[in-house]
Amino acid sequence: MVEWKKEWKKLAWIVGAFLACFYLPVGKVRFDTAILESLQLVKWYAQEHVLLCLIPAFFIAGAIAVFVSQASVMKYLGAKANKVLAYGVASVSGTILAVCSCTVLPLFAGIYRMGAGLGPATAFLYSGPAINVLAIALTARVLGVKLGIARAVGAIVFSVVIGLLMHFIFRKEEAEKAAAQMAMPETEVKRPLWQNAVYFLTMVGILVFANWGKPMHDTGLWHAIYASKWIVTSLFSVGLGIILVVWFEMKWWKMLLAALPAVVLALLFPQVPMIAFAAGVVGLSTITSTSKDESGEWFSSSWGFAKQILPLLFGGVIVAGLLLGSPESTDGGLIPSAWVSKLVGGNSLWANLFASVVGAFMYFATLTEVPILQGLIGNGMGQGPALALLLAGPALSLPNMLVIRSVMGTKKTVVFVSLVVVMATISGMLFGAFA
Amino acid sequence: MKIQILGTGCPKCKQLMDNAEEAANMLGVEHELEKVTNINEIMKFGVMLTPALAVDGEVKVVGKVPTIEEVKGMLQ
Repeated sequence: MVEWKKEWKKLAWIVGAFLACFYLPVGKVRFDTAILESLQLVKWYAQEHVLLCLIPAFFIAGAIAVFVSQASVMKYLGAKANKVLAYGVASVSGTILAVCSCTVLPLFAGIYRMGAGLGPATAFLYSGPAINVLAIALTARVLGVKLGIARAVGAIVFSVVIGLLMHFIFRKEEAEKAAAQMAMPETEVKRPLWQNAVYFLTMVGILVFANWGKPMHDTGLWHAIYASKWIVTSLFSVGLGIILVVWFEMKWWKMLLAALPAVVLALLFPQVPMIAFAAGVVGLSTITSTSKDESGEWFSSSWGFAKQILPLLFGGVIVAGLLLGSPESTDGGLIPSAWVSKLVGGNSLWANLFASVVGAFMYFATLTEVPILQGLIGNGMGQGPALALLLAGPALSLPNMLVIRSVMGTKKTVVFVSLVVVMATISGMLFGAFA
Repeated sequence: MKIQILGTGCPKCKQLMDNAEEAANMLGVEHELEKVTNINEIMKFGVMLTPALAVDGEVKVVGKVPTIEEVKGMLQ
């Protein structure tokens, strides 16, 4: 006898898959184009974004997780922290604390329960997912520097506003809360802060200059930087190598061996700098992954991010391409672009509000908001609604609303969600008016 | 002894779970492994950086995945 109580789910999946295959609309023009578009988009991401943008960003995210003491940041968000400072720190600390989307909710609950309280906690929750290194790097690279900066600035500014409003609305209830004790890891300081800062700046330099876009005009400062971007990137890479040897106790002969292929390939194929870049990445990975000390930890943490995020992003790009087409096409996806431009085209109040509400309820796996948004913009979404979606999207989703509700109750959650939607709508309208 | 893994279910928590299991088996100690995924329960430990590991109710690691060797040290 078959136990249907246990088996019905599998049966439903199989029947569903069978029906989907049975009625697969192969041969219909719209469907066939959408498949091609989706493959185009995956190819475009692979060629343009993975090597120069995502891989350096993974290394930076990994370095943040290993070398930045999270406890030292949490000090400013504790129960006894200076309240004004707490808002400032909460609004920007997502860059350091929210490198992995799964840490955002526990930190939020912690700041709320054991730390600086409701205001800073909600400020952190709003800005955190939007300003982590990977999100900003990919947004700026794929959707343009302007939208990338607007996303970061919008998230930071409005997180403070939302935090303050939340604190103000619930100021009476907040006063009665007793704070519990935080358990924080003890961290030993291995090198002065400025050395860490230089190390991070060097990596950010590599990321920024390797991705420097071609400017519109052939003259001026931007073009001069563009023309020499690989020289600048190489200088930063040499700097990183020296830092790793001098401050991170990497053996110098190992470093030379690792850098050698990159240098040789750069001289052999100066027209295709990507080859040398790839060789450099392989070299760096080889020496860091085989070392047992903190640089080994750095690699395994970066590798952890890559493992976690790349499959999600790959899936996101496929789905976005299928539904919305690639940027070069007009109306190539399954969703007709007339629908998109009708719902979120232009910069009307309605378009911005719609984008915010959808963003607030929909779940975006880490970074997948970027290809989805790119598809929507290609189909006629306005700049304003795009920002609105970027702000409301990663901060909230239906599943995490339920977790937030279990932490701070229904009333506060409803107010918070409404504030997020309103703020995202306002930022969208402002950005749309000026962009 | 009671080994608790605190985490909302991200890949790192699973890795910590595996490491803890492995370490406990290598030491051959009698143990009970529990996964704490409810965020409010996690907060009761005072932990806000996940994953975290608690042995007999005492938090040992916060915010990172210790190696099997490190876990062994904590279980002894």
